[in-house]
Amino acid sequence: MTAADGVAGLLALAVTLYACSGLADYGAGFWDLTAGGGERGRRPRALIDTVVTPVWEANHVWLIFLFVTCWTGFGLAFGSIMSTLFVPLSLAALGIVLRGANFALRKDAAKAGRRHLAGWLFGIGSILTPFCLGAALGGVMTARVPPGNAAGDLWASWLNATSITIGLLAVAMGAFLSAVYLVAEARWRGMPRLQAYFRMRAIVAGLVGLALGAAALTALFFDQRQMFDRVVGRSWALIVIGVLALAATFLFAARGVVRGLRVAAAVGVAALVWTWAVAQYPYLLPFDLTIDQGAGAAVTQRWLLAWFAVALVVLGPALVLLYVLDQRGELVEDPTTSASTEDTPTPTGPA
Amino acid sequence: MVMVASVRVVSDWLIAAEPAQLLPARSQMAFTLMFHIILVPMGVALPALMLIANYKGLKRNDPVALTLARRWSHAAGLTFAVGAVSGTVLSFEMGLLWPGLTEKYGDVFGLPFAIEGIAFFLEAILVAIYIYGWRRLKGWTHFWLGLPIPFVALVGAFSIISANAWMNTPAGFTVGPNGEPTNIDPIAAIFNKALPLELAHFVVAAYMAAGFTVASIYVVGWLRGRRDRYHRLGILIPFTVAAIATPVQFAVGDSIARWLANNQPAKFLAMEVVTQSGADQPEIIFGRYDAETNTVSGGVRIPGLNSFLTGGSRDTYVQGLEAVPPENRPSNVNIVHTAFDIMVGIATLLVGLVAWFAIAYWRRRDVPRSKLFLWVAASAGVLTYVAIEAGWIVTEVGRQPWIVYNIERTSDTVTQADGVWVSFIVVLVLYTGLGIATVTVLRAMSRRWKRQDTRDEAAPYGPRPAPEPEAPEPEVDAAGRAGP
Ligand code: HDD
Ligand code: HEM
Ligand code: HEM
Repeated sequence: MTAADGVAGLLALAVTLYACSGLADYGAGFWDLTAGGGERGRRPRALIDTVVTPVWEANHVWLIFLFVTCWTGFGLAFGSIMSTLFVPLSLAALGIVLRGANFALRKDAAKAGRRHLAGWLFGIGSILTPFCLGAALGGVMTARVPPGNAAGDLWASWLNATSITIGLLAVAMGAFLSAVYLVAEARWRGMPRLQAYFRMRAIVAGLVGLALGAAALTALFFDQRQMFDRVVGRSWALIVIGVLALAATFLFAARGVVRGLRVAAAVGVAALVWTWAVAQYPYLLPFDLTIDQGAGAAVTQRWLLAWFAVALVVLGPALVLLYVLDQRGELVEDPTTSASTEDTPTPTGPA
Repeated sequence: MVMVASVRVVSDWLIAAEPAQLLPARSQMAFTLMFHIILVPMGVALPALMLIANYKGLKRNDPVALTLARRWSHAAGLTFAVGAVSGTVLSFEMGLLWPGLTEKYGDVFGLPFAIEGIAFFLEAILVAIYIYGWRRLKGWTHFWLGLPIPFVALVGAFSIISANAWMNTPAGFTVGPNGEPTNIDPIAAIFNKALPLELAHFVVAAYMAAGFTVASIYVVGWLRGRRDRYHRLGILIPFTVAAIATPVQFAVGDSIARWLANNQPAKFLAMEVVTQSGADQPEIIFGRYDAETNTVSGGVRIPGLNSFLTGGSRDTYVQGLEAVPPENRPSNVNIVHTAFDIMVGIATLLVGLVAWFAIAYWRRRDVPRSKLFLWVAASAGVLTYVAIEAGWIVTEVGRQPWIVYNIERTSDTVTQADGVWVSFIVVLVLYTGLGIATVTVLRAMSRRWKRQDTRDEAAPYGPRPAPEPEAPEPEVDAAGRAGP
């Protein structure tokens, strides 16, 4: 194993973390969008808002980490991906701005009308970004991104059956994950009706995801046989784990078990990500550029790994502190922050 | 024959030098960076102001100072969030617009971006603890938890400025036989020659911007007759910080300008529009440069001053733009020169303002009474921002046509994907909306604060006054913990 393999591992890890946290954010946006207007949608929306607001910024860091590590470790692959997949990745950035702007500003957009508009923008971003990121991944996986500045086809690289199904799969995975997380949150807050509401949605999204996963495999079979063979040949165990995790999630959800519910769902999504990573190894850009060929200077790779270790040491305690203070109820929304909180009764801390 | 051939060569060169994507890509990069940089000083320096107010409030048991600290922390939180979103877009753009840069030099200058990412993450966590900790944490515990924020912000500024300084004075590699970077040393790239001065100049600029901007908000209130302790402190704390930073900035700026003469001569010549080499160079203020003839028309000339500033005497020899091959001259000398003059002009004005403040404060221990002072102080925040934008234009446009100074041309690294015009226009519309929304929210925040002045000042750490009940209670309340 070389340092470059280690950095490639970091990239796969970042994709996994982003899939488990960031995708769920978009999923929450999807449920927000489809919650229905006015009174009907108010309660689920309020729960979504509460759960996602404190974490959305942190969830995003994994994507930035992914990008920066990629261009520092594997500049050629990064440049090739960003230029050939210019369109979907620009659209993904657009979606991120819409969604982030909404979070930064929504709480204070006190007027109901503006809130509504904000909700729409949020929703659009929430579908656009995961779809485009998934489609871009599909483009890489199906060997449509050759090394070089915009060397691949600007449109066919992501508008093909495999890419589109993978894009849809990403949307479904996000919806599934966030519904599962919201079931647990609703339960923790003692809100049985919302718990049932999101349980139903989790199951539907899970089933749709399963169907889309099968569709993506089928599309891959007809589209890129070499990659298909690698997926079923090397990653079959991961696929099995993914399906089992999905089944476990359904079982927990049906029985109303919350402990382990979120973990099962996240394991399912992580297994899917690693299905791709293992199948594609050792290629950065199948089947033209391997990790070794695409790796930047070895010193830089080693520094990246060292810096990652430092980051763990620095961020770990800070995250623990945040978590402990939060669990102790020391961190509460300050009424001066937002109009909406000011007008609602003061919270009373954890029950 | 020769004519035709040379026309062919020139037109080939022009086409090669100006891929269709270059103009929109540069425009989009410039626009998004100029947007991002508005938020950055608030992330870098506002936490320090808020901690100073927090410290004062705790030490003297001063609820007014605590109220200020608390409100500034919310403004910092908001600008931090918008900064994170616009920063994410920038990290996309490094690849979307300049794949040639990241492809070729990613392993040389990418490391500071990785450092930056972690620093921002840490800052985000600490800011969240600080903002959400106001109500329940003990006063001093809360303060100590917030104290690392300005230092972490400096780490972020260090790394990102390091990356930019590297583009100005590339280091940490040698150019191989095919033009590829070899012998890569990412640490040497981080600590490149331009870093110390550029970092100092930028950090001081951030403190000036945050200080003057925050102060100017309260100056406006003061001008409208709200002359209470709240406004007085709101002016004095940030203005003092900015007042200390301003003369320092003057000195640092002067050092950079002189340093540039030796290290990035083409940029220096554009900035000062020196056209012909020689001694006894005049300082030209504004005026118009004509690239065809390499001459300047109009403007005010101060004989010998440029030579004097560069080398300490009128006899100092300064190289002129004529010595730089035309294809290596900054593509828009006028923009660089005008931006430089604006920055220096504003610096001079602000030094005057600060001197006035210092004298008045020394004599009366209070905000100066003069209307003129107050009017200029009220616009100092905006002026500082103009200086910052102008300074970045000097740095970035002055580096053209190089993306990596004297090594890699911007035109060789731009994406070859179509559609950059479309993305530029979309970004333009989107950011305009985002900017308007941010300002609207900040104003709504401050209006709300105005309404509940007394209530909020009563006891920042004490129990909250009972809020007025409103509409039927939702199942989840805003802080999310208590279900019915
Ligand atoms: C508060 C804002 C502010 C003020 C008052 C000044 N500057 Fe500045 N200047 C900046 C804010 C700034 C900046 C935005 O922060 C820049 C852009 C890049 C950088 O590092 O700092 C900058 C860049 C910059 C550069 C280009 C550096 C490079 O390309 O490497 C020069 C030569 C100067 N400045 C010179 C001056 C002089 C001679 C000043 C006054 C006497 C001055 N600046 C005041
Ligand atoms: C670390 C920080 C920065 C990095 C890495 C960076 C990087 C870049 C890159 C890659 C380009 C395009 C290539 C080029 O034109 O040379 C560019 C151009 C530009 N940037 Fe920066 N930049 C930084 C900071 C800033 C800031 C803060 C501003 C403005 C406030 C700014 C203003 C501009 C402008 C105006 C251009 C267009 C120059 C032109 O094409 O004429 N930059 N920058
Ligand atoms: C090409 C140039 C740049 C890139 C790619 C970039 C990237 C980013 C990213 C990704 C974030 C969000 C990080 C997070 O929240 O995890 C961010 C925010 C931030 N950036 Fe930039 N940035 C650039 C230019 C600059 C410059 C020139 C500065 C000046 C020091 C700067 C200072 C900051 C700060 C302080 C934040 C935190 C948000 C805030 O405080 O407002 N950035 N940037």
